[in-house]
Amino acid sequence: MMELDGIQKRLLEEIADLHGLPDGAYNIRSNSESAGRRSTANVEITPKEEGSGLDIRIKPGTKRESVHIPVVMTKSGLKETVYNDFYIGEDADVVIIAGCGIDNCGMADSEHDGIHRFYVGKNAKVKYVEKHYGSGDGAGKRILNPVTEVYQEEGSTVEMEMAQIKGVDDTERTTTAELAAGAKLVVRERLMTHGCQRALSTYVVNLNGAGSSADVVSRSVARDDSYQRFDAKVIGNAPCSGHTECDSIIMDRGRILAVPGLEANDVDAALVHEAAIGKIAGEQLIKLMTLGLTEQEAEEQIINGFLM
Amino acid sequence: MALCANRERYDMLTLRNISFDVHDGAEGREIIRDVSLAIPDGRLVVVTGPNGGGKSTLARLIMGIEKPTSGTIELNGEDITALSVTERARRGIGFAFQQPVRFKGLRVLDLLRLAAGRDISPADACEYLAAVGLCARDYIQREVNASLSGGELKRVEIATVLARGTALSVFDEPEAGIDLWSFQNLIEVFEGMRRNIHDSSIMIISHQERILNIADEIVVLKDGQVDRQGPKDEILPELIGTPAAVAGCRKTAREVRA
Repeated sequence: MMELDGIQKRLLEEIADLHGLPDGAYNIRSNSESAGRRSTANVEITPKEEGSGLDIRIKPGTKRESVHIPVVMTKSGLKETVYNDFYIGEDADVVIIAGCGIDNCGMADSEHDGIHRFYVGKNAKVKYVEKHYGSGDGAGKRILNPVTEVYQEEGSTVEMEMAQIKGVDDTERTTTAELAAGAKLVVRERLMTHGCQRALSTYVVNLNGAGSSADVVSRSVARDDSYQRFDAKVIGNAPCSGHTECDSIIMDRGRILAVPGLEANDVDAALVHEAAIGKIAGEQLIKLMTLGLTEQEAEEQIINGFLM
Repeated sequence: MALCANRERYDMLTLRNISFDVHDGAEGREIIRDVSLAIPDGRLVVVTGPNGGGKSTLARLIMGIEKPTSGTIELNGEDITALSVTERARRGIGFAFQQPVRFKGLRVLDLLRLAAGRDISPADACEYLAAVGLCARDYIQREVNASLSGGELKRVEIATVLARGTALSVFDEPEAGIDLWSFQNLIEVFEGMRRNIHDSSIMIISHQERILNIADEIVVLKDGQVDRQGPKDEILPELIGTPAAVAGCRKTAREVRA
């Protein structure tokens, strides 16, 4: 086990609420090296050749176990691409906590591109939590480009919570999913950008099996001069139901582009898209001010609640 | 109610010669015309009058949401005319909106905590919610969003004013948009507040006879001016059967026709 310094520990707290080593299986990646790894009887974590990533195999029927795979980067100028493949056995019920924290005090850009592939077995249930966080006052950018691919077999459920609230300068997030009959995908994305940050988030969800469903909801706040693009496409290839929603607050000179995309290739595909972009309603601010908050405090409360 | 410059004790709220104009294009329109009135300590005052008479505007002027074109507003003898909504709230004015706003992501408990100005426990929250006829267990974790009905939202709004425990609580048409059953509960809420009024004061904008009936004083506002004002027993008999004091069912029937 490699010793982590104060900054690395703080990043771990931010992205995974970890104050020490987690229970269950874990792999902590720090500055492109493994700083600790543990497999359990049901969860086997093995490194790919040349440290390019991990294979995580979860045995069929595994219940109530968690897997932590956080990544922290504190060296300026690091650039890495990591492939993590998850094989989740039939009827398993697990929580996977990923996330990446970058602290960059240097002049060079730091970049982590994590490619996560999930092969979810029949009737398995996965909850996936991913937090991204950046800190450090160097001129070098903090860049995160996550790619998430999800392959769901019959009757499986995947629930994804993805949050990027602070400090990431540039992100291009791509999530694709293929769902078999009766499979269910729920995505809750929360995003806040400030300064000159840029965030692009793209979803392509294919509902291939009868009775499959997807619910993709993004809540975001664009402040200062930041820019966001939310591009969500749901394709119904069978009797299925799909819903995407983009709900955004713009402030200052922030800009947001929401691109709704629905494609029905089956007469029994029921697909809905909702998108709303606007500034904080004046009445909301006034209500909180009548409770004694200043305008700025009111704004913070509204945004915190919105991104909760 | 009369203004008296030499009184040792100040009234809770004093409006002096308040006027408020709005400008629709080039045309100026006077919504409130030279209104002077006082709300004494320990009194429940109901402001009534026909729709469009300026009642809600008057309430918003008191909270500072609108600023008067001329005149002054005093709270306990302090001129608060230039103060912001936040400053007035901190000095002890509470306000329940006629059409409460919804918040995505803020829970009922969050709103009550902000109102109370401290990290109240779910048990404390229960007290405020029970007072407005809501079961805390079902509501404290609910988001104050479109999932709440108009009546539920209205009761949460009133609970936030109760949680503040302000010296002067202003309610803008608390009965608007709620069903009859909720209205019965609402009357009890105000009766309870009236019993525990102590040194605080309550101002309710309403034309419901049953709310007028629990008032100490009634002010009739018409065409932006004070038409009549005085003790309930004096004013209410004159109002019965007019649009300024309607019984619940008659009002409902009229709104349906409209």
